[in-house]
Amino acid sequence: MSDLEDAATAERAASGEPDAVHHHETVVGTPAARAGASRPEHEVPLRAEGVLTDGGPDTVRFLDAEGNRLQTDEANAPYAKIVEDMTPDDAQRLYRDLVLVRRIDAEGHALQRQGELGLWPSLLGQEAAQVGAGRAMRKQDYAFPGYREHGVAWCRDVPPENLLGMFRGVNHGGWDSNSHNFHLYTIVIGNQMLHATGYAMGIQRDGDVGTGDPERDAAVMAFTGDGGTAQGDYNEALVFASVANAPLVFFVQNNQWAISEPNYKQFRIPPYQRARGFGFPGVRVDGNDVLAVYAVTKAALDAARDGQGPTLIEAFTYRMGAHTTSDDPTKYRSAAEVDIWREKDPIKRMRGFMETKGYADATFFDQIDQEADELAARIRVACQQMPNPELPTMFDDIYVEPHPVIEAERTEFVAYHASFEQEGAQS
Amino acid sequence: MTVTDRPAQAPTRRLNTSKAMVEAIAAEMEANPEVFYLGEDVGAYGGIFSSTTGLLDRFGPQRVLDTPISETGFIGLAIGAATEGMRPIVELMFADFMGVCLDQIYNHMAKIHFESGGNVKVPMVLTTAVGGGYSDGAQHSQCLWGTFAHLPGMKVVAPATPADAKGLMTAAIRDDSPVVYMFHKGVMGLPWMVKNPRSIDVVPAGEHVVEIGKARVAREGSDVTIVTISLSVHHALDVAEQLSNEGISAEVIDLRSLVPLDRDAICASVAKTGRLVVVDEDYLSFGMSAEVVASVTDRDPSLFKAPPVRVAVPDIPIPYARPLEYAALPRQDRIEEAVRKALR
Repeated sequence: MSDLEDAATAERAASGEPDAVHHHETVVGTPAARAGASRPEHEVPLRAEGVLTDGGPDTVRFLDAEGNRLQTDEANAPYAKIVEDMTPDDAQRLYRDLVLVRRIDAEGHALQRQGELGLWPSLLGQEAAQVGAGRAMRKQDYAFPGYREHGVAWCRDVPPENLLGMFRGVNHGGWDSNSHNFHLYTIVIGNQMLHATGYAMGIQRDGDVGTGDPERDAAVMAFTGDGGTAQGDYNEALVFASVANAPLVFFVQNNQWAISEPNYKQFRIPPYQRARGFGFPGVRVDGNDVLAVYAVTKAALDAARDGQGPTLIEAFTYRMGAHTTSDDPTKYRSAAEVDIWREKDPIKRMRGFMETKGYADATFFDQIDQEADELAARIRVACQQMPNPELPTMFDDIYVEPHPVIEAERTEFVAYHASFEQEGAQS
Repeated sequence: MTVTDRPAQAPTRRLNTSKAMVEAIAAEMEANPEVFYLGEDVGAYGGIFSSTTGLLDRFGPQRVLDTPISETGFIGLAIGAATEGMRPIVELMFADFMGVCLDQIYNHMAKIHFESGGNVKVPMVLTTAVGGGYSDGAQHSQCLWGTFAHLPGMKVVAPATPADAKGLMTAAIRDDSPVVYMFHKGVMGLPWMVKNPRSIDVVPAGEHVVEIGKARVAREGSDVTIVTISLSVHHALDVAEQLSNEGISAEVIDLRSLVPLDRDAICASVAKTGRLVVVDEDYLSFGMSAEVVASVTDRDPSLFKAPPVRVAVPDIPIPYARPLEYAALPRQDRIEEAVRKALR
């Protein structure tokens, strides 16, 4: 066990709290404080964030757990006007997105369990983070997702059937990135942050930043998780985005877990605080509050399109399900921790807000539930009926132009398989 | 010779390979604002092997970008920019450094088009310096083109001559697939490096495109075929010229590209000579030399009148010590011996 883990464990034990509900962040002291400390110098002073599951005082939040509108405070004040300008229709649309996205996710999970999909990474619990971010984007903006961004995909009009098709393995990328301005999913952690940065630098060179034309100015969103922040690619992307002043919003969904590793094994300073060290602002937002996420992302994208450079948004949220259908989270985290986060459910909060405000009645909520049922039925059938791709298609698209060696290998492969069919026919 | 002694216009224009390469880059940058160059020391320095001399002065820092030392970073950026519609040329200073950025190269640059179902193109050129012969040690002397060529989704070219350096670069920049452009330090014609006289040669002025995937008969012959690429083409030609004094007629095939590999050209020459020597400055095992031999045996083993002979770097890191390095590299003496063996 490392010094760090030792220290964190000791801290937990000292606080008398159960291990599982700790969210392990660090407050770094000054060198002077460290010099004055009685500990040996090699032991870095460490204070776990303890039971701080609300993200701390810097967190931008507009709704409490029941959906009550919170008072304006120092953290949320810069974004209050964006929320106040939202209409009941806006709220209804966001609510619909949250419910439908959750239902798509549930269907994906169920289809995997029934053997219809190879794998499904559930976004359960992160709907508000993704819908708030996705709906803050304009058509001409471009998103680079990881592999769990089904909610962003929904906001970019990627049909959910395409997501299912990809995880079923009937195609590769699943959608035409360029017609949705939504790049491919990637399973390699963090690499896409650099692609997003390069894309944003391309937008700069096209002159599509800071013109003042709302139809033209564009920005890029780069999605990753708390685990991704440890990657070299991620940190390099932040360096380049900063020095290039790129029109870019880094959107880190801190869902507290990188598969089985709690986020204190990924960083000692929360991602939003690290942005400043790279030379641009970082903001932590309650990732389960769709209004707050929408407002913070909209402000960051507006600044990026305007030529004011990148922002890092850390959406403080929680992965309610497994990392993917291939793991069992009960092996590495406690039910008590999950229960705490269940109380922060993003849909419950938004519904509470709308009921309090009188933005929607029971008929509306029933209609959305019914729409979700219909959507689930539709995509389930569509998924089950997807044909397997023809074998020779695996030789497709490896190069843009026809490639003589690949074509020769395809011909040989086809002939080889055809030879079996002939033998079968003869016997 | 004074200036006035020169003819008013040279009938043929001779350039070294690096100038020919830069000429192609500059012409494409001039013609297409989407083309830009980025990498380490490619600005004021002009590339440590003169791959970008003069480009900064001509096109400015917005299009010739000196990057921090983070290969994963800038190759990833180039990929993103390419998906956005730019046509980046990104320089990996040494092919040996592929180790620090291979994920971006082979999992992303090379696969995005495939994984997008053909919807997203990655039109970029990855330039990189390869090869040994100047005591730069085991981590700065490798060719590694067999490794790149093994991984699907990228084309791999390695010019031997100034004219091909220009023509293949033009083709690479215009190609919609990612192209790895591997320039051997020994063919660049650099004043500070031992160089073959052929590294300064006639280069067509104006537009010059060499189709990627077409090998070149560098020298016609009838007794034995030497198939090779890059600097080893010059070594093979040296040997062929010398052996012609003994009445041995060697044909030299310059592959120019490993991906796509011009198997037709290989087989056509072996059909004529019946004897094959493959010269590869990359490692012997699991590499280009075996692939070239297999190109013939897959099609028609009866073309061989004698077993094919391979001359490559043995499966050892390139030695730093000059005599050891020269012994490991496929230089003229080993090529000559291999040709004689093939003719026995």
